[in-house]
Amino acid sequence: MANVAQAIRMALHYGEENLGVNDIFGQDVGPPLGGVFTATQGLKTTWNTPLDERGIIGTAMGLALAQSRCVAEIQFCDYIFNTMDLLKIAGNTCWASYGLFPMPMTVMTPVGSGIRGSMYHSHSFDAWATRLPGWKIVMPSNSLDAYGLLISAMKDKNPVLYLKPKALLRIRGDELIPGEPEGEKELKAAIDAPLGDRSKWRPNWPKLTDYSVPIGQGKICKVGTEATVVSYGRTLPLCIQAATELEKNGRSVEVLDMRSLYPYDWQMIKASIQKTRRVLFVNEDTEVTNFAEHLLRRTIEEMFYVVEARPRILAGKHLPGIGLNPILEEASVPQLHDITNEIQELLDETP
Amino acid sequence: MVKSRVLEERLIKIYKSGEGFFWIGGPGQEAFDVPLGLLIKKGQTLDHDWLHLHYRSTPVLTAMGLEMIDGIRLMKNLVTDKHTHGRNFCNHYAVREWNVAPITSPIEVQYSMAIGTAVAQKRHGGEGITIVTGGDAGTAEGDFASCLIWASRPENPLPILILVEDNKWGISTAYLGQHGEKNISDRAKAFGIKSAVVDGNDVEKSWEAISEAMDYVRNERKPYFLQANLSRLYGHSSASGASFIANEEDCLKTFENELIKLNLITKEKIQKIWDNFQAQSLEDLETARKESPPTAESIWDFVYADSENADWRKF
Ligand SMILES: Cc1ncc(C[n+]2csc(CCOP(=O)(O)OP(=O)(O)O)c2C)c(N)n1
Repeated sequence: MANVAQAIRMALHYGEENLGVNDIFGQDVGPPLGGVFTATQGLKTTWNTPLDERGIIGTAMGLALAQSRCVAEIQFCDYIFNTMDLLKIAGNTCWASYGLFPMPMTVMTPVGSGIRGSMYHSHSFDAWATRLPGWKIVMPSNSLDAYGLLISAMKDKNPVLYLKPKALLRIRGDELIPGEPEGEKELKAAIDAPLGDRSKWRPNWPKLTDYSVPIGQGKICKVGTEATVVSYGRTLPLCIQAATELEKNGRSVEVLDMRSLYPYDWQMIKASIQKTRRVLFVNEDTEVTNFAEHLLRRTIEEMFYVVEARPRILAGKHLPGIGLNPILEEASVPQLHDITNEIQELLDETP
Repeated sequence: MVKSRVLEERLIKIYKSGEGFFWIGGPGQEAFDVPLGLLIKKGQTLDHDWLHLHYRSTPVLTAMGLEMIDGIRLMKNLVTDKHTHGRNFCNHYAVREWNVAPITSPIEVQYSMAIGTAVAQKRHGGEGITIVTGGDAGTAEGDFASCLIWASRPENPLPILILVEDNKWGISTAYLGQHGEKNISDRAKAFGIKSAVVDGNDVEKSWEAISEAMDYVRNERKPYFLQANLSRLYGHSSASGASFIANEEDCLKTFENELIKLNLITKEKIQKIWDNFQAQSLEDLETARKESPPTAESIWDFVYADSENADWRKF
């Protein structure tokens, strides 16, 4: 089974071949490296840019203005902050021109903690991203969704921010990507660049097919009846794990993967909360003006008389950074035991 | 040139009479901008030029065929404003069929977006080029350096005509408060970008300089940096009063005197041109006065392409 980085690479290949993607670019995105996480190895239209995030976003915007499809990468979301006003403009160009200039562009960037990245390779961007009207924001938590969401992003007429959870990039999926060979080794031999000299290496792409995860559509990852846990990205598999652990004690927890942060699948979330009457929102961005607070607001406004326990949020602590020492990192952003404890408390609360 | 000036002066009057909110524009840039507009390869494909303009580029667009009524509708933020539908400031135009990227208020961002259209044009081949312009003070922003760096990479030089229209001011900050370089175009030298400085108050010299620069970019598919020194005739914007500044050169007066001296036109004929545009601008204003503002419901239009729903209340 492909890992998330391989899934991204395969989606980009599909985009180059079938969706009119002309440029895939960013720092170290082209040969010889093919991306610091190998997500852009072996592709046809990749190129290396100057070390200039504003130039990268500006270039993507110019290509989008000319309606030329591109995928731009910011090497780590920790370095996207100096492009914030350009991201604002990318999000308002269609609106400002009353539809004259749609901005079909995809920007992908690795986010979050989990690789001992210390202060500047652990930032999250989802809360910031959801404050960029005009953008669509997606974040996969497994290989198949990584493939399907990126294909949807490359088809969309709007700017799409594709957040790649760093901690999951090496994690293998448990569902085959359509066209992916069965064997892990076979896939690796076909599409992973060799170590050392790669100048003569060419990938041998599998025959991939179209598979889109519609933007705005979440996924019920685990069905349950007593509480709903809503998450995305790195914390999503942890939520499934926590729910599975609690199942051993006879508890039934439903886990939802948002997959798209904006637009988002409120109907899925609402139906689940109406069923379980208890909800926990989990993500790892800092907790003050966190995106989950918007979802919590909606929960309260629309289901105040439905829920039978306080709706909760578990998110990253409101800190200036994530410290290098694992003790610091684990105390700063949600870990498995934090999630399990929080769900347990939610289940135990008596109104 | 007269048409653009009359339009700007009409817009200023609309502001001063309380019929519009804010004025910023390009009186004083006509001698450079009108030749620029006339020399542009106008159209909507990559074979045509791409324009990344700023809020003083009215003369460029007027020369390309912008009608005064369109500037007035934008100023009055009407539903009939076909550039922004009542959403943006005056002179912030957007024209899809002429490849005019939406003009936006943040200074200098057009210089990093210009890279993208130039990348597309470079790959496409042909003669289309990207033209980007802005003021002198804005060149302190990183986007300006981005443009120089990306345009001049030996691996893939880009067909960008990089313009700076230097009026010696950034709102109230004088040139020497910011620039150690003698000419801003000196910065091009470090990147091996061909450059020139031109008297942007002189129509003929501007025409020559722009033609030469455009020919180079069109044929060589490489960047060219042209700096134009020119005037800012009504101050920065309505925020600084928008009154005529008498001690700066007025390129229209200069050009008119020259044409009279060469017996190419008479004073009376010139007056007639002004009178005709004045009358047209008043007529256009009357038309615009009868038109409607946008509706409150329209705020959700085109947040996304094709007005796909973007309101979370409806998710
Ligand atoms: C990024 C940004 N910073 C500040 C401003 C406010 N502002 C508007 S115009 C201006 C001065 C621009 O001067 P210059 O680039 O010389 O152009 P000019 O207006 O003189 O043509 C400033 C500071 C802005 N619009 N955008």
